[in-house]
Amino acid sequence: MANMYSKGTKRKFSDGVDNKAVAASYSLQRQSLLDMSLLKLQLCHMLAEPNLCRSVLIANTVRQIQEEMAHDGSWQVVTEALGGSGHGPSDRLVDTEVLCQSSEQQDGGPRLYSVMGYDGCREEEVVTDKALCSVVVGDRAPALLLGTIGHCWDRGELRVEDGVSKDSGTGEEEGTKSGEGAKMATGQVFGTFEIKNGAPGSDPALEELFSDVDASYYDLDTMLTGMQSAPKMGPYDFLDSLASSHGSVSNSSCRADLNELDHIMEIIVGS
Amino acid sequence: MAGVGGGNDFQWCFSQVKGAIDEDVAEADIISTVEFNYSGELLATGDKGGRVVIFQREQESKNRPHSRGEYNVYSTFQSHEPEFDYLKSLEIEEKINKIRWLPQQNAAHSLLSTNDKTIKLWKISQRDKRAEGYNLKDEDGRLRDPFRITSLRVPVLLPMDRMVEASPRRIFANAHTYHINSISVNSDHETYLSADDLRVNLWHLEITDRSFNIVDIKPANMEELTEVITAAECHPHQCNVFVYSSSKGTIRLCDMRAAALCDRQSKFFEEPEDPSSRSFFSEIISSISDVKFSHSGRYMMTRDYLSVKVWDLNMENRPVETYQVHEYLRSKLCSLYENDCIFDKFECCWNGADSAIMTGSYNNFFRMFDRNTRRDITLEASRENSKPRAILKARKVSTGGKRKKDEISVDSLDFNKKILHTAWHPKENVIAVAATNNLYIFQDKIN
Repeated sequence: MANMYSKGTKRKFSDGVDNKAVAASYSLQRQSLLDMSLLKLQLCHMLAEPNLCRSVLIANTVRQIQEEMAHDGSWQVVTEALGGSGHGPSDRLVDTEVLCQSSEQQDGGPRLYSVMGYDGCREEEVVTDKALCSVVVGDRAPALLLGTIGHCWDRGELRVEDGVSKDSGTGEEEGTKSGEGAKMATGQVFGTFEIKNGAPGSDPALEELFSDVDASYYDLDTMLTGMQSAPKMGPYDFLDSLASSHGSVSNSSCRADLNELDHIMEIIVGS
Repeated sequence: MAGVGGGNDFQWCFSQVKGAIDEDVAEADIISTVEFNYSGELLATGDKGGRVVIFQREQESKNRPHSRGEYNVYSTFQSHEPEFDYLKSLEIEEKINKIRWLPQQNAAHSLLSTNDKTIKLWKISQRDKRAEGYNLKDEDGRLRDPFRITSLRVPVLLPMDRMVEASPRRIFANAHTYHINSISVNSDHETYLSADDLRVNLWHLEITDRSFNIVDIKPANMEELTEVITAAECHPHQCNVFVYSSSKGTIRLCDMRAAALCDRQSKFFEEPEDPSSRSFFSEIISSISDVKFSHSGRYMMTRDYLSVKVWDLNMENRPVETYQVHEYLRSKLCSLYENDCIFDKFECCWNGADSAIMTGSYNNFFRMFDRNTRRDITLEASRENSKPRAILKARKVSTGGKRKKDEISVDSLDFNKKILHTAWHPKENVIAVAATNNLYIFQDKIN
């Protein structure tokens, strides 16, 4: 198996049964490398402060794999070879998608690699602390699974950069075009989710008021996994919280909490 | 200066080992940097606990002619403490990433030590004499009654137990958003550079509240980030020249006279990729973990995951020499990616004459390459070979097929025992090798 990776040989899918089997096997290995890489990115994001060099290298690897997969047009082949339903790689993708969408938003059918990019999604998440619910609603493409990495890197720049932040939506155009269903959007790998910085019409006075609020509280990713700005966690804690947070996403209670939050905000701001 | 072992002319012997023998290694004791000073008299180590330990070489004594100068502890101090960044809710590690000595200008020694965010200039001074016979105060320091003083005497200097004191003279803080990976003292002895993942800053040693940003590769949109700075170094003689390496296996040489912001390089060193060996791991293993100029200033050496390359500064399109450190790992890259070893950052160093280079590997192996004879040798830093003046035996990794006696197979290598940091005495054949929490010192065989 290791040899496959080191040589990086490509196989054509066209001729013969043998080649097809080999190709499927290579694709499986490539898929598992991709999964491993995505998991690494998720985990390193959850730890204290991600090693930027390592994150960049892993993300570049993911991008390479995706580009090759798109080039091969192999998404379809892989799903076919594995029966297309049940335990195909698309299921694994659906799992990771949970992080980025609440359950009501999943369209019919898996969206391959929409974890890398999607548009117009609205999300609402519930934090385990019931007292406050931070709601993150955006018209633009919100943080992506990998996009939160860029956000994390930008933490250091929170108060250093002012001015209008780039809409993470502009990153979409930079993504490479790909086959059906797969939103490559590799340019969005490091999309930053800067709802708190430079959101249209933000009030500088308001910002100053909350300037010492721990901005990571609004970090989309921590919302998604039901944690509050926990800077350090072990690699397996993340997987555990994944399971529990999925169950706790609930829209109606969130709406009630949203109203409560609005109310509290109004009192504080004195409007 | 002699070269590398393997022949009748030259062999390496064990000299000393510093550090605990316990199997249980405390994380804080893991050595994270090793550096000789300009004369080789002092050897500094930094560890993950933020401490710096300086060893001093004893004068060779006539009584024990067979014992070359041994290195003994000269000073130990806590350089960096763990900090908490409240804004980001993140801990700043106290691990010492690099130590660089400053050229000695007076009786005291100075060095720069850095963690991820803050660089400190430490002055280490010693006192081994004290004055006795003051007129105005007693031996215990109390002031004498001036009316009681009837005669004058000249205070005399008497020897005392040596006292070594380390004090922080400058703290260079708040200039780096990302993690500092390199510091390098300039040949003008007035300035130095510090580099993090995306920026390189130039400092004046006397000025702590300002630094000049001379390289900035942060993209306007972090989404576009695909490359980071991995190491940087000042040219040893030309104070306007420095290089920085990247995670894509490229090196850029910049001239500070060309522009205030050195975003456009003067020279760009990159070896074209061999398409036949391309894999998903190609980029990761091409990432440069260390760059070092030769003492002559004519060459530079880069370390990537599997090899060490020597570049002629006058030739940008390929290195002049390439040495394979552990090519047998190429078929194991997937496993090494899985266990993260593929991201290990190995350093490399030149000997004083630039005729040999050294770098570390796994299983506490380290490798030396003689540039002239093209011979190479693999040695091991282990307690088993720790008898005084024991000659180190060459080690070999069997790459497949039959394993000869004394060889070790690739699968038996201990990937937790990695030698990332090594240093070579600037003038003699004395090397310091950091193996996790132990520091090994080896010397050439005394004839």
